[in-house]
Amino acid sequence: MAAVKINQLAVDELPWTIEYDRSKCAMCGKCVAACSFGALKVDVLKIKKTQAKVDEDGFTKEEETWAQPYIKQVVSHTNYCRGCGICKKVCANNAIKPVRNEREVYGTRYRCATGESVKRGGRCNIHTEGRTLDKIKVGRISQMTDPSLDALRHTFDMRTPLGRVMSAENMTFDVKDGNLELKSNMPTNRWIYPIIIGDMSIGALSWRMWEAVAIATAYLNEELGIPIRMCTGEGGIPERLLKSRYLKYMILQIASGHFGWDRIINSMPDMIEDPAGILIKIGQGAKPGDGGLLMAKKVVKHIQEIRGVPKSDLLSPPNHQGLYSIEESVQKMFLSMNAAFKFKVPVAIKVAASSTSVSVYNNLLRDPYNIVGGFFLDGLDGGTGAAHEISLNHTGHPIVSKLRDCYLAAVHQGKQGQIPLWAGGGMGMNGNLAADTFKMICLGANGVFAGRLILQMAGCVGNDFGKCNACNTDLCPVGIATQNPLLVNRLDIDRVAENIVNYFKATDTELKKLLAPVGNSSLPVGRSDALVTVDKNVAERLQIQHVC
Amino acid sequence: MCRIGAIKSKKYIHPSKALELMRSQQKGHDNSGFAFVMQDLGGIFEKYKDLPTLSMACTDEGMRLAESILHSIGFVRVLQWSPEICNKDGLNIEPMPNYVFEVFQYPKSFKYAPDDEKQELLVDTRLKLRKALEEADEGYVYSFWPDVVMLKEIGDPRDIGTYFNLWHPNSDFTAKIITAQCRQNTNYDIVRYAAHPFFLQGYTALANGENTFYEKNKLFQENLYKGYIGFESDSQCFLYTLHYIHKILKWPLKYYKHTVTPLPYSDIQERQDREVLLRIKASLSNLEINGPNTIIGVTPDGTMFTLCDSKKLRPVVVARTDDMVVISSEVTGANEILPQRNIEDDIYPNEREMVVVDNNLEVERWQQ
Repeated sequence: MAAVKINQLAVDELPWTIEYDRSKCAMCGKCVAACSFGALKVDVLKIKKTQAKVDEDGFTKEEETWAQPYIKQVVSHTNYCRGCGICKKVCANNAIKPVRNEREVYGTRYRCATGESVKRGGRCNIHTEGRTLDKIKVGRISQMTDPSLDALRHTFDMRTPLGRVMSAENMTFDVKDGNLELKSNMPTNRWIYPIIIGDMSIGALSWRMWEAVAIATAYLNEELGIPIRMCTGEGGIPERLLKSRYLKYMILQIASGHFGWDRIINSMPDMIEDPAGILIKIGQGAKPGDGGLLMAKKVVKHIQEIRGVPKSDLLSPPNHQGLYSIEESVQKMFLSMNAAFKFKVPVAIKVAASSTSVSVYNNLLRDPYNIVGGFFLDGLDGGTGAAHEISLNHTGHPIVSKLRDCYLAAVHQGKQGQIPLWAGGGMGMNGNLAADTFKMICLGANGVFAGRLILQMAGCVGNDFGKCNACNTDLCPVGIATQNPLLVNRLDIDRVAENIVNYFKATDTELKKLLAPVGNSSLPVGRSDALVTVDKNVAERLQIQHVC
Repeated sequence: MCRIGAIKSKKYIHPSKALELMRSQQKGHDNSGFAFVMQDLGGIFEKYKDLPTLSMACTDEGMRLAESILHSIGFVRVLQWSPEICNKDGLNIEPMPNYVFEVFQYPKSFKYAPDDEKQELLVDTRLKLRKALEEADEGYVYSFWPDVVMLKEIGDPRDIGTYFNLWHPNSDFTAKIITAQCRQNTNYDIVRYAAHPFFLQGYTALANGENTFYEKNKLFQENLYKGYIGFESDSQCFLYTLHYIHKILKWPLKYYKHTVTPLPYSDIQERQDREVLLRIKASLSNLEINGPNTIIGVTPDGTMFTLCDSKKLRPVVVARTDDMVVISSEVTGANEILPQRNIEDDIYPNEREMVVVDNNLEVERWQQ
């Protein structure tokens, strides 16, 4: 009798199990070939058939044994099924699919076997309660006394500023012939769409995916007049783009790893346009207090070139090594980035939402140099290409109340709007980016940024219930978050760009469909009286109307 | 909808004109109050143009409280006048016991004070009086400023006119500028302080419609100046923005229009002054109005103007003769006051226009 191997990983301990119907299987092998994780293999079943026969000699036993090939789930700590469902997509006969194993213990088994923490991509997969934004409705509808607008016929001014906004008292004007004339230079403001495509680097994304996003951004601006901007993430930017006129749609990110900045700085003499902005990333909502992470598997040759690094795990430090205080960061980093672009490009900061966000924002609002051009707050529902699961699932701060707190802190100082507030982390998580954007704007945001949703527009199969989340493995089955040429080729650039363009076209219409009933033709920043909620706690916390 | 109207005249006129202006615009049950501001006063107030006049509605105890505060600051009363009351049965009005218009001499210590100091003293004093009367629930202080009187009352405007004997013109109680509103704010409690016109340091504003950016206007204005208080009506925000732009920032009046209804970004980009306009749009985005509104305003030098929201969702007409300009939310009001005018000269301002009337009654149309 075989020994029972109780310490070996078992299939029913994995997060996903393969449901396979051998009777439907044509043995074409497509599922095995398509599974980027190597979680399927062709194996052989030994089938034995025994029959009892009765004849004049009495009972006799007849045995027949044969082998039959079948698809078998691999049981492994590394090559295990992520539930991506590509096998199901390629199977003509619907013979195979992954099924979520609610009683899985993979995380425990992995830690026991390797002594390492679990890493993955995606976003928080623990859901303890409903989304706050979904509990809020746009409830202040114009009726009779202030007519609703017509979303299709009225014109709407959809732009919002990025860059330090000076108070009226601090703007120096001369009055000449009844006209105001600016006496001195002012911080740069850029008027952009209230949604930024946020911070996904080349490296985390495949080059084809990143290019598709860049193409969509340019198309939205140049063909549809939707002035959306795209943030590069911390991973550099192709040199050709740096020297092109499309640079004006790109917000360049610098984080603690400074990846790609060598190339950016070297390209500066050849830039024919200024970038849309600079975003200094201090923290990220998906893994607050932790730095960026790009596994060596994904640091292929072109990534090494763009980032200026050797092939190795790229771990951005959790903080900027040269900075130890807010004031110092203003002095050093903001000033130097502003100076580098001759004070013509807004320099903003991105921090993970935290209990301390209000203090930081308050401090920056008091900055006498007026040099901080935007405060990007990233909540815990933000996504990432790679992080320790403990960070994803157990650290972070929801974005909604923190955004509101920051806005009200600015109101308290009488400085609302002076450092534009941008909120991200789970925007469009329910599929509707326009609704989330509108509600966040009413709560005080000048705009929002979204990343994870963009991947879903491109065909990402992952979700927040343990599906796929393998962005860190270089095995992304749809070619979005991998540098493996075979997998990347699965992605159709033009199709992805088209999807993104179409989504934003729809979003623009939907935003207007929310502006119109509240009777506004410009963005209602801070207009929280337009919102209501049936949740009393949410109402109290956000200072909006409680309804029932 | 609120009825609003304003009359600017070369000759002194009696508030009966304002009542007539309002009466024809009444619709249905549109009858919860009447309020007016008179500026550039004639009649018995004509001699005291440089001295602050207190407009107040209060109880006897309110009078005593106010006089004691004014006395303690050093103001000396030089004239007291009250309208003749004609009470009758059946009038729809909720009167206060006393309606007081008093002219004061500045405290001696302010005899040689610069105008700015005197102006701040008047605001401080009015706020103090208002607070004292509010806390004691003994009355309302509407204005304390030279050459201005103000009355706000709850009830049927016709009955309010009857109660104060305002239907019969006389030469004692007159002014060259009268702004008036009927029907008080429907969205909030019907209280006297919520009634237009609103007045601060020589600036008057009244409006119809709904200020849908009330919340952000209010949150921003509360921090700007001590006199920006109350907010019993969302329309007070229009006055405070006017005061802020013109008095505090000292910007030319046309920038009031650029502040409250900024041009869309794409339009600004086409203009030579885009840099200035974009700065204003960004910096004062919290003072934008985005609701359906018509605003009528008066500045301390007697300039009167009107403008509309950027979607032009509320009516207004400017009608004129050589001696009088009338701004009325509906043309029936203008027809009542100026039946003989040439109606082809009437102006129906568009959404990007500001119509400005100077002291010679010259009417300019400023395109934004």
